[in-house]
Amino acid sequence: MAYEKRLDGRKINETRPMEAKAGVIPNADGSAFFKIGATAAYAAVYGPKEMVPRFLQDPKEGQIRCHYNMLPFSGSGERIRPGNKRRSQEISMVLKAALKPVVDLTDFPNSVVDIHVEFPQTDAGSRCAAVCAASIALADAGIPMKDMISSIAVGQVDGTVVADLNYNEEAYDAIVSDIPVAMTNNSKQITLLQMDGEISKEDLMTSLEMAKEVCEEIYIVQKNALKDKYKLPEGFVAKKPKTNVEKSNDKVTEEKSKPETESSNEKSKEDKEKQ
Amino acid sequence: MSEILVENKTVVIPGEILAKGMDYLPGENTYREGEQIFSKSVGLTSISGRVIKVTSLSGPYKPKDGDKIICKVFDITLSGWRLKTNTAYNAMLNVKDATRRFVRKDEDLTKIIDVNDYIVAKVIRVTSQKLIDLSMNDPDLFKINGGRIIKINSQKVPRVIGKQGSMVSMIKKFTNCDITVGQNGLIFVRKRDNGNECLAEKAIKLVEKEAHIGGLTERVETFLKSETNQ
Repeated sequence: MAYEKRLDGRKINETRPMEAKAGVIPNADGSAFFKIGATAAYAAVYGPKEMVPRFLQDPKEGQIRCHYNMLPFSGSGERIRPGNKRRSQEISMVLKAALKPVVDLTDFPNSVVDIHVEFPQTDAGSRCAAVCAASIALADAGIPMKDMISSIAVGQVDGTVVADLNYNEEAYDAIVSDIPVAMTNNSKQITLLQMDGEISKEDLMTSLEMAKEVCEEIYIVQKNALKDKYKLPEGFVAKKPKTNVEKSNDKVTEEKSKPETESSNEKSKEDKEKQ
Repeated sequence: MSEILVENKTVVIPGEILAKGMDYLPGENTYREGEQIFSKSVGLTSISGRVIKVTSLSGPYKPKDGDKIICKVFDITLSGWRLKTNTAYNAMLNVKDATRRFVRKDEDLTKIIDVNDYIVAKVIRVTSQKLIDLSMNDPDLFKINGGRIIKINSQKVPRVIGKQGSMVSMIKKFTNCDITVGQNGLIFVRKRDNGNECLAEKAIKLVEKEAHIGGLTERVETFLKSETNQ
């Protein structure tokens, strides 16, 4: 039987509820929280700092170094053994590869920017959540970036192409494929593409198109998270900044008003009083 | 046809399109790709004439000639001191740039500046690989004794100083403290008689937190007045 209705009742291109916040770790240079469904990621960025060991330094540009880690209690099954594992090493590597194309560290030779991503809770799609959180954290740290990176897992469950698979869908008893995709926002260039399972060529193309649409939604969440950090406090009314055109107009009017007659000055005084 | 897609002084994020067309020029923290100008960092837009730039709201300090910075000595070499500059790069202070008095060849340099001492110094040279040379040959550059060092984001330093030093002089006046602001985000605060270093630190942190919101001077003044009961 084909997979017609999703296990949690979502539409095929609907993501789980998303939540993001920038600047959640005061000690870090930049940080972010990104939650999609039950998968939650904290990313912290430190640097640029001196690259040690020194033989890894690049005199032409700075580098990024990623650390992916699931906390011992983050899984839904057994305790996750702490420490470096083959899986976390692999994800750290793909995370670095996914972010590197947009990060511009040419002004910081011989340096390194450390990105740590920790998961207090996971339910599939953790590497995508890591990319989204790390992208917000890098922007929050003020690291020069050409674009934002958004990421989502797409795939097919028993012949139906779906976006943002959860654990139950990944473990569905049929042919399933899970394709984490990360892409830049403006040019839609893919910076991460992996696959687990089987999929036909047509379904792959459909799912990549779906990933494009969903990444737009994720980008809006990321953008709002960064802008909300600098939002004015409630009830605060900001002075409207003058544009340069206005400023230059002011100057012109000032200059004009100088040689004017007394009567016009009186008029302006009256105007002011009225105001 | 060229057009600007953002208003002046709005918050933008990396990759956001600022303008279309070739009539506008990309300034600081922006780049051009094709006919569009994009932002390269989180910051406030600033449009002056044809140039669009983004004033970064956070980010690392980039050392440049003439900057007054506060650094910490971590090593002593034959010819001078090596210092941490609150960046990815260390700086070098030569003996001849540290003091005007004659220093003998075999003299113990720790007697002049010791390891872990903080100094206020000026950047005199930065290479492309960010090797930094410092100098203390100015009357306002000194070795720090007492007081406290406060660390803030280096992008907020201009707001702590204020227009023609208005903000820092106001904090000095209300808290009765000597304050030296380093461009690298380290600030030295030392109280005079009946001074209040804690209040100065709170005020500086307030400036850092609300640096992007207009009317900052009035808010800090209200805060300082309420804290000092004036």
